[in-house]
Amino acid sequence: MNKYIIDIPEFSLVTLIGASSSGKTTFAHKHFKHTEILSSDFFRGMVSDNENDQSVSSDAFDLLHYAANKRLDNMRLTVIDATNIQQSARKQIISIAKEQNVHAVAIVLDLPENMIQERNKNRPDRGLPKRVISQHCIEVRHSIKKLKREGFRFIYVINSPDQLENTEIIRSKLWNDKKDEHGPFDIISDIHGCGDELEMLLQKLGYAKTNGIYSHPDGRKAAFLGDFCDRGNRNSDVLRIVMDMVKNGNAIAVPGNHDVKLLKYLNGKNITASNGLDVTIAEIEAMDDDFKNEARQFLDSLVSHYVLDDGRLVIAHAGIKEDYIGRGSGRVREFCLYGDTTGETDSFGLPVRLDWASDYRGKATVVYGHTACKDVRSQNNTFCIDTGCVFGGKLTAFRYPEREIVSVDALKQYYEPVKPLEDDIDTDMGDMLTVGDFNHKLHIETELMPSIGIHENNAAAALETMSRFAADPHWLIYLPPTMSPCETSSLDGFLEHPLEAFEYYRSNGIKNVVCEKKHMGSRAVVILCRNSNTALKRFGITDGTRGIIYTRTGRRFFNETETEKQLLDRLDNVLTATNFWDDLNTDWVCLDTELMPWSEKAQGLIRSQYAPTGNAGIGSLSAAAEILGKACGRQNIPFEVAENTSGQNVDLKKIFDRYTAKLSDIKNYIKAYREYCWTVNSIDDYRIAPFHILACEGHVFTEEKHIWHMENIRKYITGVDPIFMETPYICVDTEDEDSVRKGVEWWLSLTADGGEGMVVKPETYTAKQGSKLLQPAVKCRGSEYLRIIYGAEYLEEGHLKRLKVRSLNRKRTLALKEFSLGVESLKRFVRCEPLYRVHECSFGVLAFESEPVDPRL
Amino acid sequence: MLLTITYNGKKTQELGYLLHKNPDRAQQFDLSFGKAYVFYPEVTDSKTTAALLLDIDPLDLARGKVGSRDRGLFDYVNDRPYASTSFLSTAIVRIFGTAMNGRCDKRQGLADSALDLTAVLYSLRDNGDTELARELFEPLGYTVNTSRSQLDEQFPEWGDSPYIDLTISGKVRLADLLNHIYVLIPVFDKQKHYYIDEDEIQKLLKHGEGWLSEHPSIEKITRRYFYSRRSYARKALDVLLADDAENTDIPEDDSEKEIRTPLNTQRLEAVKNAVIASGASSVIDLGCGECRLTSLLLAEPTIKNITACDVSVNVLEKAAQRLHLDRMNPHKKAKLTLMQASLTYRDQRFEGFDCACVVEVIEHIEPMRIPAFERSVFEFASPKTVIITTPNREYNQNYEHMEENSLRHSDHRFEWTRAEFKEWTEHICNKFGYSCVISGIGDIDEKLGTPTQMGVFTKNE
Repeated sequence: MNKYIIDIPEFSLVTLIGASSSGKTTFAHKHFKHTEILSSDFFRGMVSDNENDQSVSSDAFDLLHYAANKRLDNMRLTVIDATNIQQSARKQIISIAKEQNVHAVAIVLDLPENMIQERNKNRPDRGLPKRVISQHCIEVRHSIKKLKREGFRFIYVINSPDQLENTEIIRSKLWNDKKDEHGPFDIISDIHGCGDELEMLLQKLGYAKTNGIYSHPDGRKAAFLGDFCDRGNRNSDVLRIVMDMVKNGNAIAVPGNHDVKLLKYLNGKNITASNGLDVTIAEIEAMDDDFKNEARQFLDSLVSHYVLDDGRLVIAHAGIKEDYIGRGSGRVREFCLYGDTTGETDSFGLPVRLDWASDYRGKATVVYGHTACKDVRSQNNTFCIDTGCVFGGKLTAFRYPEREIVSVDALKQYYEPVKPLEDDIDTDMGDMLTVGDFNHKLHIETELMPSIGIHENNAAAALETMSRFAADPHWLIYLPPTMSPCETSSLDGFLEHPLEAFEYYRSNGIKNVVCEKKHMGSRAVVILCRNSNTALKRFGITDGTRGIIYTRTGRRFFNETETEKQLLDRLDNVLTATNFWDDLNTDWVCLDTELMPWSEKAQGLIRSQYAPTGNAGIGSLSAAAEILGKACGRQNIPFEVAENTSGQNVDLKKIFDRYTAKLSDIKNYIKAYREYCWTVNSIDDYRIAPFHILACEGHVFTEEKHIWHMENIRKYITGVDPIFMETPYICVDTEDEDSVRKGVEWWLSLTADGGEGMVVKPETYTAKQGSKLLQPAVKCRGSEYLRIIYGAEYLEEGHLKRLKVRSLNRKRTLALKEFSLGVESLKRFVRCEPLYRVHECSFGVLAFESEPVDPRL
Repeated sequence: MLLTITYNGKKTQELGYLLHKNPDRAQQFDLSFGKAYVFYPEVTDSKTTAALLLDIDPLDLARGKVGSRDRGLFDYVNDRPYASTSFLSTAIVRIFGTAMNGRCDKRQGLADSALDLTAVLYSLRDNGDTELARELFEPLGYTVNTSRSQLDEQFPEWGDSPYIDLTISGKVRLADLLNHIYVLIPVFDKQKHYYIDEDEIQKLLKHGEGWLSEHPSIEKITRRYFYSRRSYARKALDVLLADDAENTDIPEDDSEKEIRTPLNTQRLEAVKNAVIASGASSVIDLGCGECRLTSLLLAEPTIKNITACDVSVNVLEKAAQRLHLDRMNPHKKAKLTLMQASLTYRDQRFEGFDCACVVEVIEHIEPMRIPAFERSVFEFASPKTVIITTPNREYNQNYEHMEENSLRHSDHRFEWTRAEFKEWTEHICNKFGYSCVISGIGDIDEKLGTPTQMGVFTKNE
């Protein structure tokens, strides 16, 4: 017996139809993976512990349908194993298929009744009455002829045991699946009969005619996005060129709305020849019947959209929503042809379009046309390349994977547009973030760490911080990571010491490190554009400013915009004077800096906490020391007292010494915080010390070594205007004792007078040992400085011993995640990725900042 | 933390009997939060000074071994080890407990007499309220002297210290002096290092016996003694003022709230009426806070569903508690949705409501984020009616407590004058196709308008 072939789309919803005991389950398990099969018996069991309990069918089917939807959401072939002999049962399946834009397949097991009765009798668990089986068989037979009307796209009926035995199921790719075509492509849309421009463009792209058919010497393929004809002057020529190229495998094509209408005409349907179709018809009517037939067949063969290059590229005439990609249904086809329309028309009589591209979050690049604009419009990895050639604009090709735009101007205006072509962006309104992208558990893929997970509660905290305090997210292309201190020092009298920092890197295989002086200011990210037009075009900043200075939590540094503006102007003067803009061929830059004085940002903290503590301390400790001194001068007589007496004898001299030490501690503490406070009377009292040139147009400088950053900061930023100050640094070889000793001495000299200390970084911006990412920097804070962190008396022996027990793990994990996110967001921004993709990273950093970590680390 | 008590007179060494601490012996006491020392820097026939010195471990404070919270009530950098606070009151009770009761078997006569006593407290935090010390101690018969330094003499622009050194002297029984100090120290600080429970009422009544009910500032003392526990203050006052028939209503301490409580009620009433007048049956309360408006709206039969959102999860949790969401009638609960949301992000959940209320919210948004707020509400959510209230900055002149040019709340990023608000509403109407009616809420000042301004926006057909 021959094979009975059942050919189904590899992604479809398969419905088995057959009487009880007709062998559906056996059939299903023979041909499908067990995970593909959703069996009503199984779900009956799940809700009632009894697979045969018919009374729970309703609940069981609810679950089954739910599971089916989830599988289809994930684009998985799904088989429904139930009798499905009633039309009402099948109706639900069809409605799922329609909702999911997936083809419904029916496989009917219409086997001889006696055979089924036999099987039924032998089922120990569930012998149904004979008449029920008979009834089932009748219903199956009645069903068959209704299936097509009900909406099943593919219907297969198995009539005999032989056929059942010899059935083979073939899974075919969907028509829109061209994932194995990798291009490269030159994508062209909305030619509208502009034959001259099409040929000019093809030639500009390097296509040449061989035997009258265009092809590319490097094997590139053209991809035509429909609307070949109407309005232009060479409609049949354009069809000829496109059809020939497609036929010869030099091009692929998807249909546009105009092509569908033309096909209707060619099929003899009654249509209104409007919008330039009349011209096309006149041209085509002048051609011979062969041409007409060929055109009809060609247009009829076109598939709504194509998924190309392993799913990385999708083309469709009017675009496509993420959840329609790779699916086939009338609804998907409509969308691909006409776009996202409300069904309403605007004052020009044009359909009101919804902005599906602004909601697009897919990974695949979508290239489409249909709506003419002055320039290519890109949004969230979608590109609209209809640049209105027929309206006197230009004909544009999108080169993939290069993502280059190649255009030729229209030779003339062939057709008057109903309304003028729209500008690229509405300059009054930038794009806007959508909360649905952020208010749940997030997984952020970064180059440095494969997947960074963010819990929902941290995301909620970040949403609050972002909303209440952060600057315009368009500016937040980078948030600096937290930085861990070095391991706790085992040396007496030190909580932190550089030896530990050197040892951390040495033991992780890093020979060369850079030590940079830690300025005691506040971390500040500085972004400056050469002018507000760059800020608008590149950052989407619509308020006319051209730069910003913000804190490590994304909050604007200065409440008065005037100070910010003046500082940015001063920076611009410096960068212009040093030829930075031209040398780096950029018109914006992002710097990582420390802004001083600390008292400027920490004003509230200093006045409410640091200074009062010192003030209260010095007051009461001076008095205590004085009184204790006085009391020590008196004769005290220790009495013999019992162990259980409430007050024990005490040596006042010792207490006096203790309070003298406390007094000296509080004085040192006051000295330490004063070090970082100065009064700002004018803009000239600020100091900004840049230490990373993070990014500019086309570059993220995280591939450069720290020495590069230091040298270029010296070359371009410092030494011109006293506001911008250098960061002293030295290099240390962690494997050379002498070099290490010099590093320690340098740190001691920095910190002796209360300096904050230094930051030790590996020579390269990012450092790994094997696949393990290392800390991008660790800080070693000075002993005096740490009084501000751990309190005036922290160096007292008993205290220091206890403080040395501290764990850095959590801090270090966070530092790595935040670092990866920071680098990632810069890279995404420089690659011109959509706002939400950049924001995701900054959002992630803020989410991690909501983690409870010892703030003193 | 230091307290000295000086007795001037004859045979002043007898202070040792009264305190039950031998003047010739320096002693140490272990307390839960550290150590205390008692010693006598001066002992002569005519003048004897006793000192109580507290030695608090700052690490224990910071690490939560002391104080009432798990993760430590205090920062490592903290005034607690130095300033005179409730720690000192606790130490006084522990170490001078018998003296506070006025008992002295060996010199009961002396204990019962008013003596010439002087006490000095160091670094007592009055937060610059220069009259407070006098107000508290002078009615008790003391001569009061205070001294105050600059916060940091190197930075005179930072102003004066929030602490004073306080000297009080008078003819007083030692027990009374100790009880006065015990009760009044935390009245300065308004903060206690331990969890306040109902026992605290008894402590106040015990140590305040015989003097507190006569004190002219009894309400202030009681209120500040319990600081955030207003119900305890009320209970204590009920006892202390039992003789007075008048009903005591404790005014709010916080000056802002004092102004706003009645205003808040008026405001919510005005917004509720505007919602009802709009004919809305579905309402979204954007920036719901603790859901005061939402609760009002829930009681309105014409309103069928309400979504209340706030950007703070903590605030929403409080709101849920306030509304008793967990035991709310299912019918009522079905009308209500609580969710976290941000007004500067586009949010599809905002769509489809008849009316959006944005009550006292916009002034909490960074000015550079206002355009995003506008789009989120007027372009995307785009309800038929939007009701916005915000302070009228001009009216602030009427608030005595407010410094010039300051804002009503520390989280306000701006406050608009009436002209600024009007200009903004016009901008919204032009840009998004709405019409707006502005009105005022609260007492009208002829020149300065009302404290709150409200704009009711209606979408043009």
